[in-house]
Amino acid sequence: MNSDVRKYIIAVAVVVVALLYILRLFTIQVVEDKYKLTASNQAFLQMTDYPPRGAIYDRKGKLLVFNQVAYDLMVVPRDLKDCDTIGICKILNITTDDFKKRLVRLSGSLKESARDYRSHIFESQMLPELNAQIQERLYMFPGFYVTARTVRKYPIPMAAHLLGYIGEVNERITKKNPYYKSGDYIGMSGIEKGYEEALRGKKGVQIMMRDVHNNIRGSYKNGIYDTAAVPGKNLYSTLDAELQQYGEKLMQNKIGGVVAIEPATGEILALITSPTYDPNLLVGRDFPKNYAALARDTLGKPLFNRALQAYYPPGSTFKLLNALIGLQEGVLRPATTYPCAQGYPPLGGKPKCHPHGSPTDLKGSIATSCNSYYSYVFKSIVDNRKYKNTVEGYQAWKDYVNSFGVGVKIGTDLPYELKGIVPTPAYYDKVFGKNGWRSSTVISLGIGQAELSVTPLQMCNIVSTIANRGYYITPHVVRSIGDNKVLPQWQKKNYTKVTNREYYEDVITGMAQVMTGGTGRSVQLPGIESCGKTGTAQNPHGEDHSVFVMFAPRQNPKICIAILVENAGFGATWAAPIASLMMEKYLTGKVTRPDMEQRMFEGDLIHKHPSSGAKPKPKPQLQ
Amino acid sequence: MRERSDSQFYNVDWITVIIYIVLVVLGLMNIYSAVYDPAQSNIFDLSRLEGKQFVFICVSLALGFSLLLVDASFFTATAFYAYGGFLLLNIAVRFLGTEVKGSHSWFRFGSFGLQPAEFMKFSTALALAKYISGITRRDLVRDFFVCMGFILLPMLIIAVIQSETGVAIVLAAFIVVLYREGVFPGWLLLLGIATVLAVVLGLKFYDYKWYFVAGSIAIASFWLFFQRRIRFSKIITAAGIVIYFVSVIFIANKGVNKMAEHQSARIKVWLGMPVSKEMEDRFGYNVKQSMIAIGSGGVNGKGYLEGTQTKFRFVPEQETDFIFCTVGEEWGFLGSAGIILLYAFLVIRLIFMAERQRSDFTRIYGYGVACVFFIHLMVNVGMTIGLIPVIGIPLPFFSYGGSSLIGFTLLLFIFIRLDSQRLLILR
Repeated sequence: MNSDVRKYIIAVAVVVVALLYILRLFTIQVVEDKYKLTASNQAFLQMTDYPPRGAIYDRKGKLLVFNQVAYDLMVVPRDLKDCDTIGICKILNITTDDFKKRLVRLSGSLKESARDYRSHIFESQMLPELNAQIQERLYMFPGFYVTARTVRKYPIPMAAHLLGYIGEVNERITKKNPYYKSGDYIGMSGIEKGYEEALRGKKGVQIMMRDVHNNIRGSYKNGIYDTAAVPGKNLYSTLDAELQQYGEKLMQNKIGGVVAIEPATGEILALITSPTYDPNLLVGRDFPKNYAALARDTLGKPLFNRALQAYYPPGSTFKLLNALIGLQEGVLRPATTYPCAQGYPPLGGKPKCHPHGSPTDLKGSIATSCNSYYSYVFKSIVDNRKYKNTVEGYQAWKDYVNSFGVGVKIGTDLPYELKGIVPTPAYYDKVFGKNGWRSSTVISLGIGQAELSVTPLQMCNIVSTIANRGYYITPHVVRSIGDNKVLPQWQKKNYTKVTNREYYEDVITGMAQVMTGGTGRSVQLPGIESCGKTGTAQNPHGEDHSVFVMFAPRQNPKICIAILVENAGFGATWAAPIASLMMEKYLTGKVTRPDMEQRMFEGDLIHKHPSSGAKPKPKPQLQ
Repeated sequence: MRERSDSQFYNVDWITVIIYIVLVVLGLMNIYSAVYDPAQSNIFDLSRLEGKQFVFICVSLALGFSLLLVDASFFTATAFYAYGGFLLLNIAVRFLGTEVKGSHSWFRFGSFGLQPAEFMKFSTALALAKYISGITRRDLVRDFFVCMGFILLPMLIIAVIQSETGVAIVLAAFIVVLYREGVFPGWLLLLGIATVLAVVLGLKFYDYKWYFVAGSIAIASFWLFFQRRIRFSKIITAAGIVIYFVSVIFIANKGVNKMAEHQSARIKVWLGMPVSKEMEDRFGYNVKQSMIAIGSGGVNGKGYLEGTQTKFRFVPEQETDFIFCTVGEEWGFLGSAGIILLYAFLVIRLIFMAERQRSDFTRIYGYGVACVFFIHLMVNVGMTIGLIPVIGIPLPFFSYGGSSLIGFTLLLFIFIRLDSQRLLILR
């Protein structure tokens, strides 16, 4: 090899090494992200500025939810080397073993924790006294610091389900939504969840630089990347705190749900689930303990929001809907009469009925809640000549029902709303075979039984639609956010497929008669013309549910109420008096029937509930 | 530039001088940035590192330009004396110098220190140039051993007596000079490089050792198959090479596992092999932080004085051995690739200059200069980006330090002076 070749070999080697290094630089500086991430983790400390969560008011401006300051003790495990562990354990009243266990839980292992530079919540939501003790000696606990947070406080212990609760985010949430970081709080149910974005505001962030010894070295680029926290907005709810509280008291020791709506606006005045709990239980440090205790109560299931989520057969109240559909379809007129033989004659007395004068016209059928009458009505709707077959007739009926917000989501602002059940023709085809079913097969739909299921909220919405004579405004609990402007989605009228006002008046006349001379006469309030309908819903779990729906006054209605008391028998026994008392309280501000009120307050139905072990009594007849 | 031929600066290679000045100025800016504290704005201050470096630069420039006044024959005449004198100084420092971090390589004068090992670089280059250019009849064996002696003697003194392995390794770069001059056989250089590669790959991929064995046998057979005539000697050579590399792999693995844990861990960390967390923190920390700093620079860098990893001292020794981190973090990929290209250009330029000499002495010395700069670049930058194990040698003109800056200036300007008199024949 001569020197010419050798000099080129040397020069080429230099170029190759240089290019190799440039390639390597390209990989670590341009291609890879991990170095940039680690660098900002090491050198930047993001100090989060937590905005106060918005407050919630009732319709009269009464404060329902506000914030109380609590303190989170934060830890950066890497910096704990010089911490007086025993001292802090003493203040927190834990053992050093507990201390180590917590570190392991936060960082994975003790070894990991020696390197862990992230901030974790070590002790959450300390009260001011505990915070003061720690603050006093914080200099002895390097690695710890305290951030002020807020906890929710409920001045009136009510409407727990409706207001909802907040909780620490879990990993599933932080993965789905990068706004939330471990240790943040989020609305988990009720209004807190439904209006999370408005309530939470926007976190601010301050980027600080820190050196290898973890000393803060000032704000990054003089704070041009810092953002200020935006406080959460206040919510103005439609709830009437007084009515809600009164209703909850009436419903104590009973299982069920009550919904009250102002029909003209769709505003939910009260949404009561019983049994309920004090919302202050699901706040702060005792949240996990109290939550577990509530979840363990399988008898009353206090965490279950019955008013919004429980499926009940609508029972006789559904007859109102069938009457309206019949009228609209032209197969029923107010004067139409049908016989009743303590049951529906064409099917040999099934469904059964109770003794009453026969035959009845439309008004009478509502007042007496005649099962036979509505079996005829249902049959005439489905078997209408203008439909080719049962499926088409049934589909037409179902379309009417859906237009009343049953079997579909009505789009309320509360999370976890349910659709209810109105079976599709395809469902019956599957159960009975194609062409294997007639109107007579599913005749109990006429009286609100069979597969039909609705939530108390949907039941109330039906009444609201009748009170409005043909439309409903989507029921909602929050009228406006931040200011007094009513949210635009609450201004839209949803018209049903029963379009003629006359038909509603016909049904309302029947409902008025229920109160004056029918099944609801015992709760009629002199001076206010109200319209109602009792129901007694059969259910496979035990004694019938007591159902009552009403609205008042008849002209220009101010309030609609739907109530269901589980396994309480006749609608008139428990459901109707409670509804009537609530109506009186809301419309007049006082109660003139103390005896009835007393009876309701004291009534204890939980201990005759079938799941408590008591034997179900033989079923009384439908009413 | 046009000067009269009798000017002292006639034929000075100004391109090289300009690269030198650019590198020195960039280096000063980086040192200022590396020690800059954003919390308190600091003005230029002679008591701070960048101030001291500025003083060193002034001294270096004065020294460099005064070298241009020295006649080239001075260097040929004094080459062996310089070599011998600095060799003695490097021994003396063991007894007269001060101990710094376990190595005995510094003379202290107040707040300034002097590291004689830095001067061993140019004096060894001069001595080699003097010896090789003076050979009248080539004797491969004699020349090989004498030249290796010139290199190994200071290496041993610096490595063993002073415990300064870094500088010693730099001197090994002169082997490339010997290769250029035909004193060091190419096959031996290739074998050396191949052995190093075999050790590295063999350690890292020891689990696949049998693939290596099978692969090398396959390649050897393949090679034999395509020979026009298969001679017995060729079979022996092929078998010998295979056996050599296979045993290198096995011995390296055995050797590493026999070492004390902290030594084997250091090697394993560099190779990216799994070690205990403790060892990784101990030996991997510097490089990890260095790569974080460089990697966080991105394409354009964070901007001058805006680096966070270097400012807040996450990177250790960032103003000396890890100065390249500041470049990578603040100037990004464009800046750091630019610096590497600039150095590569300097080295290629030096090779080009060496090759244009009529005088063997100047050519050999020029190669020595090129090799020293190249190995410094390769080892220093390679270490900061995790390609080469951590060896504490500076990045020329960038790392803080008077001795190294003056040493590099002497090294370079002696060559520039020799080159400017390239019309003379020097011996």
